[in-house]
Amino acid sequence: MTLVLENLSKSFAVEGKTEVEALSHLNLQVNDGEFVSILGPSGCGKTTLLRIIAGLDRASGGKILLNGNPIVGPCPRMAMIFQEYSLYPWKTVIDNIAFGLEVKGVEKEGRRKKARELLELVGLCDFANNYPYELSGGMRQRVAVARALAVDPQILLMDEPFGALDAQTRNMLQRELLEIWEKTRKTVVFVTHSVDEAVFLSDRVIVLTARPGTIKESVSIDLPRPRDRTGAEFARIRRYVLDLVETASFSPSKV
Amino acid sequence: MRYLRFLLPVLLVVGWEVASWIIHNPFILPSLTTVIPILMHPFSPEYTLGTGSMVENAIISIQRVGLGFLAAAVVAIPVGILMGRSALLNDFFDSTIELLRPIPPLAWVPLALAWFKIGLTSIIFIIFIGAFFPILLNTVDGVKSVKKTWLEVATTLGAKERQIMTKVVLPGAAPTIWTGLRVGFGIAWMCVVAAEWLPGISQGLGYLILYAYNFGQTNLIIAGMVVIGIIGLAIDFVFKGIEKKWFSWRGLER
Repeated sequence: MTLVLENLSKSFAVEGKTEVEALSHLNLQVNDGEFVSILGPSGCGKTTLLRIIAGLDRASGGKILLNGNPIVGPCPRMAMIFQEYSLYPWKTVIDNIAFGLEVKGVEKEGRRKKARELLELVGLCDFANNYPYELSGGMRQRVAVARALAVDPQILLMDEPFGALDAQTRNMLQRELLEIWEKTRKTVVFVTHSVDEAVFLSDRVIVLTARPGTIKESVSIDLPRPRDRTGAEFARIRRYVLDLVETASFSPSKV
Repeated sequence: MRYLRFLLPVLLVVGWEVASWIIHNPFILPSLTTVIPILMHPFSPEYTLGTGSMVENAIISIQRVGLGFLAAAVVAIPVGILMGRSALLNDFFDSTIELLRPIPPLAWVPLALAWFKIGLTSIIFIIFIGAFFPILLNTVDGVKSVKKTWLEVATTLGAKERQIMTKVVLPGAAPTIWTGLRVGFGIAWMCVVAAEWLPGISQGLGYLILYAYNFGQTNLIIAGMVVIGIIGLAIDFVFKGIEKKWFSWRGLER
């Protein structure tokens, strides 16, 4: 499933008067099965961009096309994974994962069966009947990934999903995510502010400029997988992307 | 130290008994020995000056509170949900609620009598007023405290507005609504005793203790007060128990 953003713009009215341009005439194509990260200085509108794709915010201008068809609002072909506080604390792990199917009207046994498969995929079989507050941060994000996968989306939208985790857990979840991605071949759009994370995970890193957000550069990363974070080539690309992000922070409006 | 909590009540009871011997005036402070028999015979009308047994009076008070409380919940919860969900409705209702809320329920008594005359409706109205505001305000708070991410997850998974309400907003706000119900019930229980002092009432625990006063039966007043306290405590205990069982996730959202 190919996702195309055409001339996408977004402005906010601040306190009802001055318009702030968050995104400006952004064009991007994400190909089927591709893992694309969106990277940029804070305030560059990367989360806004993802929220617009997810249908949670409206663009002020431009189009979003899915396989050539324009989409408006939330689309069942896409599922979003948030940074934190996204699990329902009154539901057990298995019922959290089954929530998307519950909303679709799948009966209890059917949705639990599917949820159990996904529990296995994310390695949490033993925690089916636990509540989210009994889980560690890393486990909770695994549940969030499983819940998104349960509705069988073509595209996963991830908004700094590992941003609240400690470094070790983060690295582990990155590897697990890649395994899942290789197994399921979903298209992934991954927002992060970590250069290391973007370079480790992605086929392509899109670096955004500071406000108004627009694409500074699209960096294809053809390092073989699994990637070695300590390798020289990895370091070189990492350095290159880091420079891009740093220069992107100095937008003309700020100088 | 586990038993420390029982020390003061025991001392108070002992002190009370000693004081009653010294004062030696059952109208000021009756001996325990005249109170306990009343409490030991809750089903007997012999001990309550012919107003019906303690249990009969208690049941009547509980029914009144139940009715007023239920009416308050039925109005306050939907209004609270609407106010919590819509900033527009919140702005519309908020000032009026802030104006009415500080008026004590008992200050409504004369107006209640003028509107509904002497009788059950007036009592229910007073209880309604007492329970209404805590339920309403907690419901509004509960709905507002529903995390934005919870709603957005449901939206991205394709939930309709009605599903978001029943599957996310209500369960998410439920613990706080429950607190409102618990506080509201406590106030309703306080209101019923006073509301039963309205003219034309001839039953209920509140009526019983005032009636006992007219006959100088302080032991019956105290027995009635003990029963009022125990019932209030027991119902609060039930509320708390359910809170623990159903809403143990509260404060542990992550």
